[in-house]
Amino acid sequence: MRMNSESVRFGQAIGRALADAMIEDDRVILLGEDIAAAGGPFGVTRGLHAQFGSQRVLDFPISEAALVGTALGAALTGYKPVAEIMFMDFCTLAMDALVNQSAKTHFMFGGQNSAPLVVRTPHGGGLNAGAQHSQCLEAWFAHIPGLIVVCPSNSEDAYGLLRAAITDPNPVVFVENKTLYAKKYAFSESQQPISLGSARVARVGKDVTVVTYGGAIHWAEAAAVELAEDEIDCEIIDLRTLQPWDEATVLTSLTKTHRLVILHEAVESFGIGAEIAARMADIGFDELDAPIRRIGAPYTPVPYSPALESEYAPSAAKVTASVKEIVL
Amino acid sequence: MSDETPTSVPPEPLTFSESELFIDCYRLMKRIRMVEERLSALFADGAIPGFIHLSIGQESVPVGVSRHLTNSDTIAITHRGHGQALAKGMDLTPFFAEMMGKQDGICKGRGGSMHIADSSIGMLGANGIVGGGLSIATGSALAHKLDGANHIAVAYFGDGALAEGIFHECLNLSALWSLPCLFVCENNGWGEFSKTDQQFRGNLKKLAKAFGVSYQFVDGIDVGAVTDASESIILAMRKKPHPYVLECKVERFHGHFEGDPQKYREESDLATLEERDPIIYLREKLIRAGIAPAILEDIESRLAQEIEQAVASALAGPNPEFTTAKSEVYAHE
Repeated sequence: MRMNSESVRFGQAIGRALADAMIEDDRVILLGEDIAAAGGPFGVTRGLHAQFGSQRVLDFPISEAALVGTALGAALTGYKPVAEIMFMDFCTLAMDALVNQSAKTHFMFGGQNSAPLVVRTPHGGGLNAGAQHSQCLEAWFAHIPGLIVVCPSNSEDAYGLLRAAITDPNPVVFVENKTLYAKKYAFSESQQPISLGSARVARVGKDVTVVTYGGAIHWAEAAAVELAEDEIDCEIIDLRTLQPWDEATVLTSLTKTHRLVILHEAVESFGIGAEIAARMADIGFDELDAPIRRIGAPYTPVPYSPALESEYAPSAAKVTASVKEIVL
Repeated sequence: MSDETPTSVPPEPLTFSESELFIDCYRLMKRIRMVEERLSALFADGAIPGFIHLSIGQESVPVGVSRHLTNSDTIAITHRGHGQALAKGMDLTPFFAEMMGKQDGICKGRGGSMHIADSSIGMLGANGIVGGGLSIATGSALAHKLDGANHIAVAYFGDGALAEGIFHECLNLSALWSLPCLFVCENNGWGEFSKTDQQFRGNLKKLAKAFGVSYQFVDGIDVGAVTDASESIILAMRKKPHPYVLECKVERFHGHFEGDPQKYREESDLATLEERDPIIYLREKLIRAGIAPAILEDIESRLAQEIEQAVASALAGPNPEFTTAKSEVYAHE
C-alpha cells in the first residue's frame, strides 16, 4: 500500500518531476516559450523560475527550430535540456533538429556521444483549438530510429516517465495530452522513475484487450464500465511508451483474451495502432479469434466547431461498438 | 554581398615569430589541401562512396580560426568541412577510414564525409543539412556560458546558409542571450550550383548589425588576416561572452560535390582561381621573406608520407558489421 497518497493534477505532476530532476542534477535546464515567469501556457512550469532562476529556466524566443537545435547543442556540451514546444503542431518547425540531428547523433557518429534531451509537448483536441493546435503527431516520431516517444495517461506515470526520460541518454519526445493537465489523479510522494518501454495493465479483464495510451485511456475505461454491464470484461493496456513499445505485455494480454482493439486519438491511418496491429497479426496470429479493430480519428484535419470536433474525436461509444463487433 | 572588396597586400619581411606562425599555417593549410587532393583521387578511384564536398581554396579560414581554439571550445561544421575538422585536430587515419566507410572510422563508418564528428576534440559534427550546425553551435555556446568557463563555440557556415531561417533565429538568440558563439561565414560565392547573389538579397554585415552583433570581414586569401582577426575576436569573447560574425571571402576551387562538372560556372572564373589561392599566396609571402623553399618542400614531403600512411592504414581496415551498427541506434547507460 502506498504511503502519503494524495490527489495531484497531471500538469502539476509534470512540474514536480521537472523540479525534482533539477534538484537532483544541476545539468538539467528548461528551455521554452513563456515557461519562466509566465509559467507556461498550461501552467506546467509555474514556480520553477522562482525556484531555480534564469540560468536554469530559460524563456526562449518564438523560434522552435532554434529551440530544439539549441537544446541539442547544450546536450552535446554536457547539459540535460528539457525543451517545451508549446503545441505539438509546432514541432513541424523543429523537425530538422529532431529528426536529422538529435535522432541521428548516437548512431551516425559511431556512438561517440548521445543527445540526452527531452522535448515536452502537448497534443490532442477537445479544446476547439482547430487544425493547427490539436494534432496528435506521435506516430511521426515513433517512425524515426533514434527517438524515444512517451505519452503518459495519469499523474504518477507522468512523473515517473518524465524522470526516466530526463535521465535517459537518448532524445525523448514526451507527449502530454492537454485535456489531462487539469485532471486530478492519485499520486504517491514516493513515486519512482518508470522504465521507458514498459506498459501498464490499467484494467484486468478476460474477454478483449484494448491497447491505448495518453488521454484516450478515459474512453477505454468508460467503455469498459459500459461493456461490463453486458458482461464483457475488458483488459486495458496503457502503453505509456510508444517507441519502444511493450510488445510482450500486449502479446501476453492477447494470449489471454484472443481479441484486440487499439485505440488512439491520432488519425487512424498510418498511426501507432497500425504498427501494433501489424505486429500482433504477425507474432500473435494464432491467438486471434477475431479481426483486430483500430479506433482513431478519421482522415481529416482536426475541425474547429464543437459540433464537428465532437464527432471527429474517438469516444467511449465508438470503443463499445468496436468491442461488441468482435466479441459478440 | 559585403561592403568590402577583397584586397591583397604586398608581402613584407617577416619577424621570427611571424615566420614560425606562417610556416605552421602553411603546414596546416597544405595538410588540408593534400588530404583533399588525396580524397579527390580516392573518390575518382571508387575508394570513397557517396558524396564528398571539398574545401580546396578555403583552407585559410579554419586554420586561422582554430589556432585560437582549445579542445574545450566546440565547433559545428558544414558539409564542406574537412578542413574545419582537420584544423581542429582530427587524426588522419580515423578520418580517412570514415571517408571510406570502414569500421575504424571515427564514426565507425556510419557517418561519412557529411557526418563526421570527433567529440574528443570538441568537434560536434559535420552536417548534411545546410545551416544544420548553426543551432547546435548556439546551444553549445549556451552551455559554455552557463558553465561560466571562458570557452566558446564556433558555427561554421557557408554563404549558402544565409537564406536559411535557422541562421536568423540563431543570430537573434545569440544576441539576445549574449552567447559566446562565433559565426564564421566561409563565403565562396556559391550556394551549391547557384551564385549567392541569386539567392540572398541581404547583406551579412548589415544583418549582424541589425541584431547588434559585431562583424568583421577578412579576405581569406591571407591566412594572416584570418588568424589576426580571430585572435582578437576570440580573446574578447572569452573575456565577456558575446556573439560575433566573421565573414571570410574565399573561393571554391572544386564543384559543389566531387564529380560536379560545374557547367554553370564560367571558364574565366575557373581560370583565375589560382590568383586567389591562399596557399600559393602564403608560399610566395614566405619565399619573399627569405624562407628557403627546401623548408616548405620538406614539410610537403612529410605531409605526403603522413597521408599515405593514413590512407594505407585506413584502406587495410575491416568493413563495419551491420549488427554492431544496428545495436547502436540508442545509447545505453
